[in-house]
Amino acid sequence: MTHEGPRGAALAAEGRLPPERVALVDLLDRLLAGGVTVNGDVVLSIADIDLVQISLRLLIMSVRESEPAGQGTRHGRETWHGPP
Amino acid sequence: MPDTGTYVYAITRDTDAPGSAGLTGVAGTPVRTVADAGLVAYVSTVPLDRFGEEPLRRSLEDLDWVSEMARAHHRVVEAVAGTAPTAPVRLVTVYGGDEQVRELLRDRRKDFTALLSQVAGRSEWGVKAYARRETAPPPGEEAAGAAGSDSPGIAYLKRRRASLRGREDAWRVAADQAEHVHAALAAVSVANRRHRAQDPSLSGREEAMVLNGAYLVDDDRGGEFAAVVDSLRGQGADIELTGPWAPYSFTALDLGAVDAGGVR
Repeated sequence: MTHEGPRGAALAAEGRLPPERVALVDLLDRLLAGGVTVNGDVVLSIADIDLVQISLRLLIMSVRESEPAGQGTRHGRETWHGPP
Repeated sequence: MPDTGTYVYAITRDTDAPGSAGLTGVAGTPVRTVADAGLVAYVSTVPLDRFGEEPLRRSLEDLDWVSEMARAHHRVVEAVAGTAPTAPVRLVTVYGGDEQVRELLRDRRKDFTALLSQVAGRSEWGVKAYARRETAPPPGEEAAGAAGSDSPGIAYLKRRRASLRGREDAWRVAADQAEHVHAALAAVSVANRRHRAQDPSLSGREEAMVLNGAYLVDDDRGGEFAAVVDSLRGQGADIELTGPWAPYSFTALDLGAVDAGGVR
C-alpha cells in the first residue's frame, strides 16, 4: 500500500473490509490468540494451543504448495520473528 | 449423550444486544441468543458428529474448513460488534448445551461486565509495519576496490562479512523503527498488544514484518490515531492498517481457572 495516509473518516474507509475480504492470516492472528477462552469440563472444544499450531502449519503448507518452485527449502527463513 | 452442542460466538450486555434474526453462523446454522444474568450469548446449535473433539481434530487439518469456520465466526462477531460492545469468544468453543452457556454467564457475570465496559466506545486497529529493503548496501560493491590486493578467498570473506553486517544493520534499523511506531501508536491507545510477526509466505510481502500490533483506541480519538499513522508514514514507515476490528485482541480473558465446583 503506497497511497497517502488517511485522515479521520478515511481511516475507517481504508481499514474496514467486508468479512469475506479480510485476510485470513490477519483474522487468525485474532481468532486464535484473542477472544474469551473457556476451558473446563463443560466445553467440547480442543485446546487453543492445538488450534494455533495446527492451522498455522496448514496455512504455511498451503501457501508453499501453491508456489511453482522451490517449495519447502530455506525460503523465508531470514524472517524477522518479532521482538523478544 | 446428546447429539448436538452449543457453539458460542460472542457475548454482550442484554441492554445493548442486537437481535440475531437472519444471522447465519458456522456450518450454515442459524444464530440464536441465550440470555442470563444481564448478558446475552450469541450461539448456534451444532451437530456433535462434526463438532465433537475427534471430528474437530480431523477438520482442523483442513485449511478450507478452518477458513470457512473463521469467516463464519467473524461474520457473526462483526454483526454483533457493529451495534454493541462485544466480547468475542475464541474460535471453536462448543458447550454441551444452552444450560451450560447460561451457567457460564451467571458464574462469570462480573468478568464479562468488566470486560464489556473496557471495550465500550473503543475499537481495535491493526497496524503492520515492514522493514525497508533498500537499507542494505548492494552486496560486493564496497569490497570491489580491495579485490585487487586480496586473494579471491579473502575478497569473498570480506564481501560476505560486509553483506552480513549490512543485513544486521538493516534489522537493527527496522527494529528501532518498529519500536518507534509502536510507542507512537501506544501513546494514543488505551491498550495495545503485539501479535507474532507474520512470515513472508503468509503476509504476501517480501519485506520482513517488524511489527504486528493491535491497538484499542477510543472512538473519539480515531482522528488522532489516524494522524499519528499519517505522520509515521511521512517519516518513511511502511505501514499497513486494518480495522476497525471487534476487540479480539483485548478480550483474551482466560476462564480456565474456575475453582472446583464452579458454581457459587
